Amino acid sequence: MPLTLEIALTHIRERLRQTVLSVLGVMTGVGFAVAMAALMQGSQEDFIRRIIDATPHITVRDDYRAVPWQPADTVYGAAAAVALASVKPKEELRGIRNPQPKLALLAALPGVAVAPTLRGPVVLRFGGRDVAVSLLGIEPKAEVRVSKLAEDIREGSLNDLYTTANGIIIGSGLSRKLGANLGDSVSLSSSAGTIRRAKVVGIVHSGVVAIDDATAYARLKVVQVLLDRPNVINEIRLRLDDVGNARALAQRIERRLGYRTESWEEINESVLEVFQIRNIIIYTVVGGILVVAAFGIFNIVSTIVFEKTRDIAILKSLGFTEADVRAIFVSEGFLIGSFGTVLGWGLGYALCRLLGSIEIKVRSFAEQTGLPVTYDWRHYAIAAACALTAAGLAGYLPARRAGRLDPVAIIRGAA
Amino acid sequence: MTAKGFVRAEGVHRVLPGPVPVTLVRAIALSIAGGEFVVVTGPSGSGKSSLLYLLGLLDRPTEGEILIEGRPTRALSRDAAAALRLASIGFVFQFHFLLPEFSALENVMLPMRRLGRLERAAMEARGRDLLATLEMADYADRRPDQLSGGQRQRVAIARALANAPKLVLADEPTGNLDSRNAEQVFVILADLAAAGHAVVAVTHNLDLAARASRRITLLDGRIVEDARTR
Repeated sequence: MPLTLEIALTHIRERLRQTVLSVLGVMTGVGFAVAMAALMQGSQEDFIRRIIDATPHITVRDDYRAVPWQPADTVYGAAAAVALASVKPKEELRGIRNPQPKLALLAALPGVAVAPTLRGPVVLRFGGRDVAVSLLGIEPKAEVRVSKLAEDIREGSLNDLYTTANGIIIGSGLSRKLGANLGDSVSLSSSAGTIRRAKVVGIVHSGVVAIDDATAYARLKVVQVLLDRPNVINEIRLRLDDVGNARALAQRIERRLGYRTESWEEINESVLEVFQIRNIIIYTVVGGILVVAAFGIFNIVSTIVFEKTRDIAILKSLGFTEADVRAIFVSEGFLIGSFGTVLGWGLGYALCRLLGSIEIKVRSFAEQTGLPVTYDWRHYAIAAACALTAAGLAGYLPARRAGRLDPVAIIRGAA
Repeated sequence: MTAKGFVRAEGVHRVLPGPVPVTLVRAIALSIAGGEFVVVTGPSGSGKSSLLYLLGLLDRPTEGEILIEGRPTRALSRDAAAALRLASIGFVFQFHFLLPEFSALENVMLPMRRLGRLERAAMEARGRDLLATLEMADYADRRPDQLSGGQRQRVAIARALANAPKLVLADEPTGNLDSRNAEQVFVILADLAAAGHAVVAVTHNLDLAARASRRITLLDGRIVEDARTR
């Protein structure tokens, strides 16, 4: 073992109580840094996984980002000498009409599954209770390729939509609200004035509360009739093999079709931004813990330097250089930091296991049954790097002072 | 070693800067050869210890030059001076300054380990030999707080000799010892000189000073007497 390290070890071993307290400080900082990072990344990944699983990766809507070009503008043009005021925009019935060519175009893209949807508001009545829901007209065969709907069905089957003339699948929350179960006949009324009876052929539970509480599914043609929108859809949902490509592909599709096309990242942008803010807050708090731990190290190394001024003088008189003396005290900081980091890793892992084992029921955006925790070696590496940097700095400042001590002044004072 | 001595001081002045500058030593010129046992005496504040620190390269002259084996040292970096001190100069102080966490043997081995010229086993053997020479063989594994004042000072002497320095500087090495231990320390220093080391010891004890081969007396930072006693 290098001599400077051996001297450093003896110093901190002789001050066991102070050393233990400093090590515990670093351990706490590292442990909580690891646990918080695991929890944050876990919840973020869990959220994104749920989003990716439960919602389409790309949604083409019957909408445009810019206000449509008006016929008056077409006639007179923007550069014309005539200025028109109070132009009433042309009434446009929304919807993607004659969608088959567009669906075929999208389906031809590699690694892309496509499903058409007509989404509209309807009122679902059962047993005297009315609940406003979003009814999705889907093609079950296409749907299984873009969503987990088939897997999420708890009772019944997606294919029953084909075998039952007016079949409907309702969310589990909706089922609870209405008290409607499999086989029950519910009434659907749309804003077009159409009222139809439908039979519940499935109960779906996605885990996303907003979906389960207010969404129902029926065959596309049934919904088109109910909403009086024949041969019209208002959404094309896409599922990609490469989720990371969603934003770029959405932009390409929008340029090609003209319709507003959103990737899952764009739809959930505000939530993802909240994650960033949350990360900053929590990392600041954890950083604060590490700074406090660094102060503990600074304190013990400073105390040792103060107590060991005579030893420093004698080491210098023996021929130790300033760098040797600095190395001793920087090593002390690193030793405390290293012990604390290793213990902190253990604490962090234990906290992760503990947090991961806690069972809770939260019904917010998505139903959760436990705290999602991600185990990632990078959390441990980053926490260690931060702790060792803080420990090194905390050790270096008093070490620099120790290195500069004038041995003659100390020996004169001690004599 | 040069014919003119292992260590030489040429016109050395040392002034402590400050609002009122303090002159520690002035116009020091001397040469000390191997085998000489020099005692430096003088009243308190006459600059004895300051001279020793200058000769041992712990301090630097404001003017003049200290030469070790004919080599000027004033322009040496701190690290180079430390390296020279490690290899060629041994210090013994009034207070033993042993590292309290280390045993007597470990203290003696410190300079050897820093120099790194010997294998660990060879260092340990040399450390034990040095302690045995100073009649401390049985105390090698004891820590300083388990030793008497005289024993600690012997360990400090053994440590000063660890790297076989050509120059041994002792700053009132008997100041904290009783007369019997003080006598023994001076016998050891005299033996070192007899073995070829250049030994310079600061002392107030004139009886012990009589054991030296040369006596330098300082007054107000100047050498007022430089006489061979034997």
